[in-house]
Amino acid sequence: MADDRRARTIALKIKRQDGPGQPGYWQEFAVPWHPRMNVISALMEIQKQPVTASGQKVTPVVWECVCLEEVCGSCTMRINGRVRQSCSALVDVIAPGDGPIVLEPMSKFPVVRDLVVDRSRMFEDLKRVKAWINLDGSHELGAGPRQSPESQEQTYPLSRCMTCGCCLEACPQVNPSSDFVGPAAISQVRLFNLHPNGKMHASERLEAVMGEGGVEGCGKAQNCVEVCPKEIPLVDSIASVGRDATKHMLLGWLLK
Amino acid sequence: MAASKSLVRSESGKVRRVIVVGGGLAGLMTVIKLCEAGVPVDLFSLVPVKRSHSVCAQGGINASVNTKGEGDSPQVHLEETVYGGDFLANQPPVKAMCDAAPSIVFMLDRMGVPFNRTPEGLLDFRRFGGTLFHRTAFAGATTGQQLLYALDEQVRRWETVDVEDDRGERVAGEKMVRKLEWWEMIGLVTDDEGVCRGIVAQDLKNMSIVAFPGDAVCLATGGCGIVFGRSTNSVINTGTAASAAYQHGACYANGEFIQVHPTAIPGADKLRLISESVRGEGGRVWVPRDPKEQRAGREVPESARDYFLEEKYPGYGNLVPRDIASRELFKKCFHEHRGVYNRESQRNENEVYLDVTHLPREILQKKLAGVLEIYEKFVGEDPFVNPMRVFPAVHYSMGGLWVDFDRAANGSLVMGSPRNQATSIPGLYACGEADYQYHGANRLGANSLLSCLWAGMVTGPAIAAYRKNVARSAWDMPSSLFEKAEKRERKAFEAILALDGAENPYALHDELAHTMLVDCTIERDNATLDKVLAKIEEIAERSRRVGVTDTAVGKMNQGAQYVRHLRNMIVLARVIALGARNRDESRGAHFKPQFTQRDDANWLRTTMAFHKAGANGENDAVRFVRAVDYTLLGQRVEVKDEVDTTLVRPRPRKYETAGAASTAAKG
Repeated sequence: MADDRRARTIALKIKRQDGPGQPGYWQEFAVPWHPRMNVISALMEIQKQPVTASGQKVTPVVWECVCLEEVCGSCTMRINGRVRQSCSALVDVIAPGDGPIVLEPMSKFPVVRDLVVDRSRMFEDLKRVKAWINLDGSHELGAGPRQSPESQEQTYPLSRCMTCGCCLEACPQVNPSSDFVGPAAISQVRLFNLHPNGKMHASERLEAVMGEGGVEGCGKAQNCVEVCPKEIPLVDSIASVGRDATKHMLLGWLLK
Repeated sequence: MAASKSLVRSESGKVRRVIVVGGGLAGLMTVIKLCEAGVPVDLFSLVPVKRSHSVCAQGGINASVNTKGEGDSPQVHLEETVYGGDFLANQPPVKAMCDAAPSIVFMLDRMGVPFNRTPEGLLDFRRFGGTLFHRTAFAGATTGQQLLYALDEQVRRWETVDVEDDRGERVAGEKMVRKLEWWEMIGLVTDDEGVCRGIVAQDLKNMSIVAFPGDAVCLATGGCGIVFGRSTNSVINTGTAASAAYQHGACYANGEFIQVHPTAIPGADKLRLISESVRGEGGRVWVPRDPKEQRAGREVPESARDYFLEEKYPGYGNLVPRDIASRELFKKCFHEHRGVYNRESQRNENEVYLDVTHLPREILQKKLAGVLEIYEKFVGEDPFVNPMRVFPAVHYSMGGLWVDFDRAANGSLVMGSPRNQATSIPGLYACGEADYQYHGANRLGANSLLSCLWAGMVTGPAIAAYRKNVARSAWDMPSSLFEKAEKRERKAFEAILALDGAENPYALHDELAHTMLVDCTIERDNATLDKVLAKIEEIAERSRRVGVTDTAVGKMNQGAQYVRHLRNMIVLARVIALGARNRDESRGAHFKPQFTQRDDANWLRTTMAFHKAGANGENDAVRFVRAVDYTLLGQRVEVKDEVDTTLVRPRPRKYETAGAASTAAKG
């Protein structure tokens, strides 16, 4: 039994790209299996010995990873056609028949090299929707506002968004011909508009997601919720922000 | 700087900035403080800052707010922190940190961190190691992530704020924070007098190398757990920037003090942390009484379980400090061979049970969901039903770049003094896990988030004061200074790209990590350490003959980057292992079976290490000193290796007794 295990190899088929704007191409690899193996450890094997399944020596596959425990969002890619983090993609679960495991970079962001993409647009979007509390300063100002345990239970899940990009990748409305901001940033609008201090600037955030590329761009495909690794209720967030934005559009001028 | 000159703009109109390297909690807090002081910042980070290692902190952040009516106070927090650290920490910075802790947690709350709440809507606090009080504020079991996000959001806000010149006029197109993400600091720029004037950094997207002027530089670049290979650390925690600064002449302190966390999930790519908060909420550590116990953990009856921590330490129980818990777990598995028996492999694995199955599921889901989720995702077992199987893992470096502090008459710090957090290179500051200042020989759980934030709060004003008083701005230095540094680093990188030796850098790192992990962590034997040191020298020598796995030019090249990190890790490994070899005593995380007692007469002192570059193809060496001597803003400062223990007098640690950690705290 032990010997069988040692001999077992996992097949990987990886979409590669040498640099931004360059054509993609596929390469196949076979790496030795080990217990509790995840896609990252398979990539690490290729990094150590960059040789394809047919014995060709190649440059090692480039990918992005940091925490390896699905809390930083870095290692997101398409695995067997589905977008997810590669650290938590356990080989025995996704490839019980030893593969091939198909790895591709996310398609909604520019490729830097191989599986690495540039997600800076997501961070720019967080600027656009003012995803922050307007703090007076970091100096001593006493305790913050009291909040009920229920409100914490509502905001904490929203606050776990890693800006990983899964929801944008899966969203049909996020495409080259649309400037839809995507579920992640809209959900952050909801998060900050729920906070007792954040509420004071709710209208600024709502205005940021009204109009072109805003919350109305959602086509209600609901793919976002399906792929979110943190199970953030993104559809609820979009609905809630959409309602608030409508209310603000109709009545906002009265309240000013 | 001369009074007539603008602090904000150079003669040629450029904005004079300071540099912060590292976008984890310490770096971001430093940036916020600098911005509030009106100082524009260039923020460099290996990765988008939101992905920094701070996200991995799970359990919480300590602050003696005393909302549970237990009589907790910052004084008790100070006493327990220095006791937990086995009296190796200078006490004034610790006092300042503990005093500030409640206001820091309140600030985070105002920033929107979704801390767990009490029924009255107050911040909830839970128990952690080394104390009997409920002192740890938490946001589920992903507190580090939540704190980092809050600071990330504030820094993003500063990215949208215009720089103002000395007359309060906006400088068009210049924002207070300029982020350079996916940029790696690879070297310092120092002038003829040894003053730090900026950094050389590499754009990891295309590998171009550029020198950046900075009126001061702060390294908030985290720890070096990857020196030990698999650990609880993120893959970026190689200590490469701290190592580069050390090789440039900065003093490195207490390198030998490496924390091993008692409870992590064994894994091939990473040892994933299972937070101390699991025990803080009532989780229990045990092994079966029968070493050949065949039943699954959940089927072993209470009477057949050995709750060895609770038995030996009735007061603190499962919440003894990490150094002690890790040694006890190690002893159970390695010396007594009583780790969990595996029927398949027919041996006792290096695993003990960490059990939460007796706790109400609803509480666990509210307070520990994030961490139990990790166990379930990566092990594939339900921790609500099956006791988790865990083993110690390298977790945190108490040591780091030596930094100074300015002691106030009341035993705290002089806030705004440019000496605080200053390294031995004038103009270079360090904070967060990259520094050595707050934890002594062993860090208490939930003190790391606090020390990162506090050190950032101290570093910001220290740099602001330094910048105001420095005789000459980096922007008024000749451009040749930067061109020279740039050329030096380009040459070094080209040399890496040209490496075509037979040694595989990844395999070499595995060898280094293996020897460090096995022989330089929980138990350290002098004869074995000699072998470790010999191995390090062998690896250092072989590292000159590596072949770079990727020779791509002008595009992201992780293979070449890795060679640089490997070399810098070898340098730190030497500092760690030599420090351990020299220190013939046991203190906190540093334990020698041959010298089981703490030896205050000889070793109540800071280990201070300087780099000695090897000449003519010889290996590098370490020069240990008894005092650091540097010149800050024209003033000569000498700091001896004595530890400031003026606030809490050293006494032996006795965690067997409840309340031993604080004279004011009798459980």
